[in-house]
Amino acid sequence: MSQLPLFAPPTWSVADLTRYLRQLLEDDETLQDVWVQGEISNFSRPASGHLYFTLKDSQASLRCVMWRNNAMRLDFAPRDGTAVEAHGALSIYEAGGQYQLYVDLLRPAGEGALFQEFLRLKARLEAEGLFNPDRKRPIPAWPQRIGIVTSPTGAALRDMLHTLQRRYPLAQVILAPTPVQGTEAPPGIVAALQALNRLDQPDVILVARGGGSIEDLWAFNDEGVARAIAASHAPVISGVGHETDFTIADFAADLRAPTPTAAAELATPNKADLRIDLDELVLRLGRSSLANIAEQRWTLNSLHNRLLMQSPRLRLDQDRQQLRSLQHRLASASAHRMASQRLGLGGVRQRLAALNPLAVLERGFAVVSDANGQTIHHTAQVSPGQGLNVRVQDGSFGVHVKESGSTLDPQDE
Amino acid sequence: MSTKQPSPETLSYEKALAELETIVMVLEGEKRPLDEALALFERGQELARRCASLLDQAELKVQQIAGEDLIPFTPPA
Repeated sequence: MSQLPLFAPPTWSVADLTRYLRQLLEDDETLQDVWVQGEISNFSRPASGHLYFTLKDSQASLRCVMWRNNAMRLDFAPRDGTAVEAHGALSIYEAGGQYQLYVDLLRPAGEGALFQEFLRLKARLEAEGLFNPDRKRPIPAWPQRIGIVTSPTGAALRDMLHTLQRRYPLAQVILAPTPVQGTEAPPGIVAALQALNRLDQPDVILVARGGGSIEDLWAFNDEGVARAIAASHAPVISGVGHETDFTIADFAADLRAPTPTAAAELATPNKADLRIDLDELVLRLGRSSLANIAEQRWTLNSLHNRLLMQSPRLRLDQDRQQLRSLQHRLASASAHRMASQRLGLGGVRQRLAALNPLAVLERGFAVVSDANGQTIHHTAQVSPGQGLNVRVQDGSFGVHVKESGSTLDPQDE
Repeated sequence: MSTKQPSPETLSYEKALAELETIVMVLEGEKRPLDEALALFERGQELARRCASLLDQAELKVQQIAGEDLIPFTPPA
């Protein structure tokens, strides 16, 4: 019989043991950050919103829980039989004595492998320098020709053409049609890029595809496509899938747009903005010209005024006025003078009248003259029988001298 | 300004706009002789008209590569 040891090992409670086991699991870094692949079974989603299922493969099974806040973020609907990859942490549900995976991420199986491939290619091309920032070429602000590499029947093309027409209808678009999904897509995209560069030399190229699953977008994670984008003469804008999708093509492109529509927007100026800029310029053109003309007009007016001040007409007017004033003074001076002269003339005339020899005739004197008109002053001038003419106040008559005269004593006079 | 300016009708939007911008800046800058300012203003107006009509009337021209040729593209109905 075996003997009980002297110091019996302590006996664990179930709770302590379970907690001990749980601690072991939770202290293991690998078990706290693990991806597990398997098929879903016993799937249940009670009213609480948490997901309970078992992951199985051919040899084992693993109980899983996904809490509601994580389950709400699922972008697919897991069902029994779905092959999935689950990420989470292992722990123990103590009350049930069950170890289980507490899942925080769940995705359809296969994506993981693709993602690994994506990362490997990305790392390789990155190391090669294909994605270097200094390789990125600037996107021209005013593209005249825009190349588009996409499917001729896709919604992506329709969206891009619509956007280009709305924003920048001045552009010319050259479509290089290609499949964008399936095995023929990568060589098609490469050929389209090469044809655009060879035939047309566009100012910018949009490589685009609408949204889809990661498999749908896989052509844009092709190494050949990435190299063709990097080798393009024209700068390339990628617009593949949705906002959250990143492809190798995006890294190789000169500019990554989140969607095809965004790619068309990034490639072009906006017509509405152009219109605003243009209106502003026209306004400034008018304003500057008006200001210029107003200034010229002001200068002109001021010069004109100064010119008028120097006008000969003005001097003529001044001279004329002076002339008029002189004339006036002259006239008034003459009138005064005339009057005064007239006054003087009256006296002279009276004096003249007083001196008029004929005036004495009125007083009864007569003037005697010979036949020659000589006035007789002295007796010696006449001889007897001589005819003389006598002039009196109102006329004259002839007389004959009777005898020669005698001289009068001046005293008697 | 020189007389050998290209007609605005032959200019691309980008070229016409660039010239218009230059003219506005010249007019806003130093004082110019009146005849020159008027000529600049008229040229500016022609350029602005050109730009506006390009914006208004432009229809996106879409072609597609077919083999080694460019052919008109008609979107699928």
